[in-house]
Formats: sequence, structure tokens, C-alpha cells
Amino acid sequence: MPEQISKETVVKVSRLARLSLSPDQAEKMTSQLAGMLEHFRDIDALDLSDIEPMTQPYPLKNVMREDVEVKSLDRQEVLDQAPAAESGRFRVPPTIGFDV
Amino acid sequence: MQKLVEIVAGVTDGSLTATAVVEEHLGRIKARESEIHAFNLVTADQARETAARIDADVKAGKKVGALAGVPIALKDNMCTRGIETTCSSKILQGWKPPYDATVVTKLRQAGAVVVGKTNLDEFAMGSSTENSAFGPTKNPLDISRVPGGSSGGSAAAVSAGFAAASLGSDTGGSIRQPAALCGVVGVKPTYGTVSRYGLVAFASSLDQIGPFTSDVRDAATLLEVISGHDPMDSTSIPQNATSLVSVLEHGVKGMRIGRVTDLPEGCEPDVLARLEAAFDALRKAGATIVDVKLPSLQYCLTAYYLIAPAEASSNLARYDGVRYGNRVEAADLNAMYAATREAGFGEEVKRRIMLGTYALSAGYYDAYYGKALKVRRLISDDFARAYKDVDTILTPTSPSTAFKFGSKTDNPLAMYLCDVFTIPTNLAGHPAMSVPFGVGADSMPVGIQVLATTMGEQAMFKVAAELERAS
Repeated sequence: MPEQISKETVVKVSRLARLSLSPDQAEKMTSQLAGMLEHFRDIDALDLSDIEPMTQPYPLKNVMREDVEVKSLDRQEVLDQAPAAESGRFRVPPTIGFDV
Repeated sequence: MQKLVEIVAGVTDGSLTATAVVEEHLGRIKARESEIHAFNLVTADQARETAARIDADVKAGKKVGALAGVPIALKDNMCTRGIETTCSSKILQGWKPPYDATVVTKLRQAGAVVVGKTNLDEFAMGSSTENSAFGPTKNPLDISRVPGGSSGGSAAAVSAGFAAASLGSDTGGSIRQPAALCGVVGVKPTYGTVSRYGLVAFASSLDQIGPFTSDVRDAATLLEVISGHDPMDSTSIPQNATSLVSVLEHGVKGMRIGRVTDLPEGCEPDVLARLEAAFDALRKAGATIVDVKLPSLQYCLTAYYLIAPAEASSNLARYDGVRYGNRVEAADLNAMYAATREAGFGEEVKRRIMLGTYALSAGYYDAYYGKALKVRRLISDDFARAYKDVDTILTPTSPSTAFKFGSKTDNPLAMYLCDVFTIPTNLAGHPAMSVPFGVGADSMPVGIQVLATTMGEQAMFKVAAELERAS
């Protein structure tokens, strides 16, 4: 299993998860995650080389339906619940032109 | 307090009115809700309107549904059209869904009366409701103790008589553990038997909706109504609801009940004593107790706390301040996402998103998530072997009775250990239920968990009914 998790990794992961952690939060998160990951090392003792991963309880296959028109959600009712909407669409802040 | 089946019988034959039943429950809410905080929202006006409509139907001689006049509370992670649904999170506060969850539609069609939306650990992540952004729910049997979680509000609502029944969701024990701690019946059905359309997703390969009631018959009655195939949920099993009420009087003669010989350590002795008493009761009723080994059980906590956060980190990516819920404005899109999520999510939710994102990230996937999925297979295989020899397995539901507020909040791992007996079922996709069976050293209720294999609800309910008769 990998090395103990570092604060740098925690900060990187927080960016991937779109969470902005303060330095104090990152510090606390690092020690809590390290504690959990240490506990999770118990499965390192298992030989899992020939085991098939199980992603879900059932061998589900694609579920298809007839290609017929069905009623969908009311657009205005959906947009009414959005933080910002305009002209039948969701409105978001600028997506380009800033250093991201 | 009246049982669900008594209410339905009375309302249907006209000896009770839905209005009187609802007023009685609203009265209890008024008297004690400020102390208990089972609800995020009480829908008293809508409940009265629904009850009046049912009474009018009965008077007009119209046929009423299988849950006519039953006051029901819904965990606040189930979508109700036009009625606020928050998941006890600031990020969704104020959101009114544009549709009803399938279970809500089914309840309404059956004549149930929704009395409110119940409190939970934020996004169902927790075992005590202490992670709710709107404050914890108190255990109605002792308000210095937690009701369990994450469906603590739903368990407390039934325990306090605020509703005759409620619905919760169970990802790692979130129905069964609070049921045990509040002294009510809680059922996590087989994965895929109850539609999850309109249930806010936490960990999609584990989540399942199920009932809380004050006895086993009520649970069977309610589960029959909410089960069945739903084309709106692609993980829904394409078959009809299983008949459960019909088996409750069958007894357990000749049934084989599993006793796990390698149960993980850490269970309180008074809880283990009740488990032994449960085995004795079933033996007296004609069942055979068979020792079974589940060697991978000890690794369940690790597998679960890698898989569930991994799935959650993906499911909760949708809370980005664009389509629903709240937004914190910022200069550009990425800054808006981060500011919204920072302000909107509580500490435990952030911790699990972080853990899940890490477990799925490049370089760590195989070491954590990939391994956890293989351990999940081992657990499923262990169960498959055990169920060749037994019909059901009995364990405690929770390692302890209801604990005091604040006793586990500083140590996430200590809180996670509350789920040690309930998690394996979710990993395997099996059904399991908690039945009250006496009390512990502190006079608080102890729940016994009855486990069964996929679609083994009939065997599970037979054993649960027998335990109830013996308690």
C-alpha cells in the first residue's frame, strides 16, 4: 500500500474534488485521513490476486426500453429551483478568460 | 399507539377517520417535537387535506388503498414534488424537487398521509444524526442519547408516535441501526426490490429504501406496498413484490439459523447476551442453530469505507451550484464550484468526498478502491457458502445500545465501527432487518439483526415474527 498521505496530496485531492480547504482544514484532514488509511491497511494481508472485483450486487446488464416519447420534467419547474436561470437555460459565471 | 394495520382496518371500515388519526399524530408532534427534532419539516396542512380526501372517499363508498389514513414520515432525502427536500445539508436547503420519488407516489396511491420530512445525517453520512446541518435528533426513549443514524429522524418519529410508520434509506446500516437504538423495527430489503427513483444518491451500489414500524406485521405490510419493479430505476429487479404478511404466522420449525462463530470483536456483553437469548427463543420454537464462519467479515469496514466514499465522491459532484440548491457567487466557474461546495457541505461529507476522491485517484485506485472491490467479492462468497447451510443468520444490529451525544464525534473511526454488523449486508446486496429484543444494561433497547440471502425476505420475516412473539 502507498506511503502515508501527505498534506500536499490532500491539497491536490481537494482541488480534484472542487473543495477549497483552508490550511488548517487541510492539516486536520491529513491527520484524519492518515488515521483511516492506516486502519484500512488490514486488507493488505489478503491475497487478492485471483479475485474478481465486485462492483455491484447483481450481474446487471444494460436496461433498454422502447424508443417512444414519454413525459419529462417541466422545464420551468426545474429552472425555478436553479440558483440562476435565464432564457430557458441555467446561468453560470464566466467559464473562460480566467486562470483556472 | 395504534398499529399501521389497525389504522388501515379502522379507516377502511369507517370506525376511524383518517382526520382523527392524523390529528392524534399531529398532536403528539406538537407536544414533543421541539424536544426531539425528528423532522426537518412537518407538512401538517397537506396531511390534513389528504386525510379529509380519504375520509370523503370512504364516505362516498369508494375503494381506498392498502395504507388508507396511515400517517407516514419520509426521510428528507426522498424527493417530494414542491415540498422542500434538503438531505439535512445547507447545499440543498430550500430546494423543492420537480417530481416525487417512486416510493412517494406509491404511498400516495395507497392512501398514506405524509406528515413530514425527517432529519438525517447530512446526505445520510453518519450513525447518530449528529452530522445534520440542522442539529441532531434526540432519542425519544432518553433525550441525552442519539437515535442512531443516518435515518435517526425516521426512527425517532415512529418511536415517539409522531407517525405510524416511516421510510428511511440504508447504505451501511442507516435503517437498521437507528431502529435498534430507538426500539422499533427497521428493514433493509434486497438491493433492487424497492425503487430508488427520487432517492438522493449516496452510494449507488449499496443504497436501498426500507420501512420503520412499531412491529413486524406493519413492516411487512408497508414493504409489500413500496416493493416492485420500476422502469425509472435501472437497478430495479424486474419482478413483483414478495408476499410477506402471509408468512408471519408460519413459525420457524425446521428452519436453520446461522450463528457466526467469528463475529468481529467489540460488541458489548449485554448486547451479546440478548443475541444468545434470541438463539434460545428460536431453538425453543423448533429451529436449529447452526454455526457458520464468515472469515471476511472482519474486512467489511475497510471495504465499505473505501467503496461508499468513492461512490459518494462521484454522486456528490452534482452539487456544483448550477442546477439546484445553493450557490456562492465567484468570479469564474471553477471558483464558484469550490466556494459553493466549501460553504454547502459539512465536515463529514467533505471527509468522505476527500477519502473517495483519493481512493479513486490515479496512482491509488488499485491500492484502495480496486482492492476493496475484491474484498467485497470475498464477503459475498462467504455469505454464499454460509447460506448453503442456513436459512437466516442472526447477529446484533449494533455493537452497543444508544450512546450519549458527543461520545464519538471526535473520532470518525469510532463512529464508523457502529456499522460493523450492518455493512456486510449492503456489500452483498442482501436483505436484513432489526427487531427489538429486550434491553441492555442501561435499560435501552437492543436490536437483533436477521439476515437472509438475496430475495430471502420470507425467511427473514418468519424469524423476525418469531423473535417478536418471544420478546
